[in-house]
Amino acid sequence: MIPARFDYHRPDSVAAAVGLLQQHGDEARVVAGGHSLIPMMKLRMAAPAHLVDLQGIAALRGIEAGERIRIGAMVTQSEMIAHAGLAEAAPILAEAARQIADPQVRNLGTVGGNVANGDPGNDLPALMLCLDATFTLEGPEGVREVAARGFYEAPYVTAREEEEILTAVGFDRPARGFAYEKQKRKIGDYATAAAAVLIGAEGGRVVSASVAMTNVADVPVFSAAAGEALVSTDCAADAVAAAVAAMQGDIDPVEDNRGPVEFKRHVAGVILTRAIARAWSRA
Amino acid sequence: MSDKMHLKLTVNGEAVETLAEPRELLIHVLRERLGITGPHIGCETSHCGACTVDMDGKSVKACTVFAAQAQGAEITTIEGIGTPDSLHVLQEMFREHHGLQCGFCTPGMITRAWRLLQENPSPTEEEVRFGMAGNLCRCTGYQNIVKAVLAAAHELNSVKEAAE
Repeated sequence: MIPARFDYHRPDSVAAAVGLLQQHGDEARVVAGGHSLIPMMKLRMAAPAHLVDLQGIAALRGIEAGERIRIGAMVTQSEMIAHAGLAEAAPILAEAARQIADPQVRNLGTVGGNVANGDPGNDLPALMLCLDATFTLEGPEGVREVAARGFYEAPYVTAREEEEILTAVGFDRPARGFAYEKQKRKIGDYATAAAAVLIGAEGGRVVSASVAMTNVADVPVFSAAAGEALVSTDCAADAVAAAVAAMQGDIDPVEDNRGPVEFKRHVAGVILTRAIARAWSRA
Repeated sequence: MSDKMHLKLTVNGEAVETLAEPRELLIHVLRERLGITGPHIGCETSHCGACTVDMDGKSVKACTVFAAQAQGAEITTIEGIGTPDSLHVLQEMFREHHGLQCGFCTPGMITRAWRLLQENPSPTEEEVRFGMAGNLCRCTGYQNIVKAVLAAAHELNSVKEAAE
């Protein structure tokens, strides 16, 4: 319950925050909503000597919902759920965010923290793979864009360098058919398995499909093969079965108190089947 | 490292100041430095919501906010929602519908419900259950809490309609 001591900083620009990270090296951590970091600090699994609070940086807020969608890293889950333009442009975000944590946590937990954390239990990473999002990172060398599909390397290991800050996520307006389907033990739990699905359709046929899975491997999983199995079909049972089989070839669940490996593989199949059905019904 | 900081907050409408280390959790500052002991601590993993307070217009778990992060914030706790002589409608309805037994989750429950009814003045039962899902209770089984919140919503809406 009791975190270790630290010095607190509240910079008002990304440049100042990056400067603090440069100055203090691996002694420093940024805090966004604090709803993964503070619990870790209370258990002394993290004990940064310097905490760099991003709440005072206006440039990290704001949602742009045009043909290209951009969400500032400090936008909270609640703000994402409440945003009318986003609900119209990319309703999969609110559908997923409503399945993350609980109201109080969603009021402080941010998009940037969720995607940068690197815990395979987080839901937004797989969603970002499904959306083919890019992450904007700002560090001492300047700004760079990294594809979400190349960002996740291992649990808590991502392409973000230590002195970089993830400032925004961006993606093109997604296909109309969407679903984020999550199996969990209770409110606030990380997924036993969850599936993000986007389907574009024309004339009763799938013209584009994107599938990604949450918490069924060390990292979020984008299954290109599952999407390909749906393209040109009408999402009949055989096509869905082929997509599920393809997805199950790409995942690598680990046993924990949510169940053994075989159970998770099975749940992943059930969840993907449901997600495809719902996305298809909306496409 | 981590000298005490001069913390300025507005708590239940009153400007307050105290010294606190940056690492002190808002719940501890409220309870131990400011003597506001309605909000409780039921866990160390941010699940139970017994520490729920309202910070700058949002329900938050005060066990997962550092004092330093709360610098300058406006906080409302159960103590600011009603008084023993003048209960808030939610407090009346929790009593009338038996929405509490041990009372340990109640300050967080009511503080959350208070904000929920501002976000959604006429929630369905399902919306109340979803909107209160960040608050655990070990005594009531939730049913009477839901009744209390729905009754309070009804009451508040009737008062509002009568005024219009």
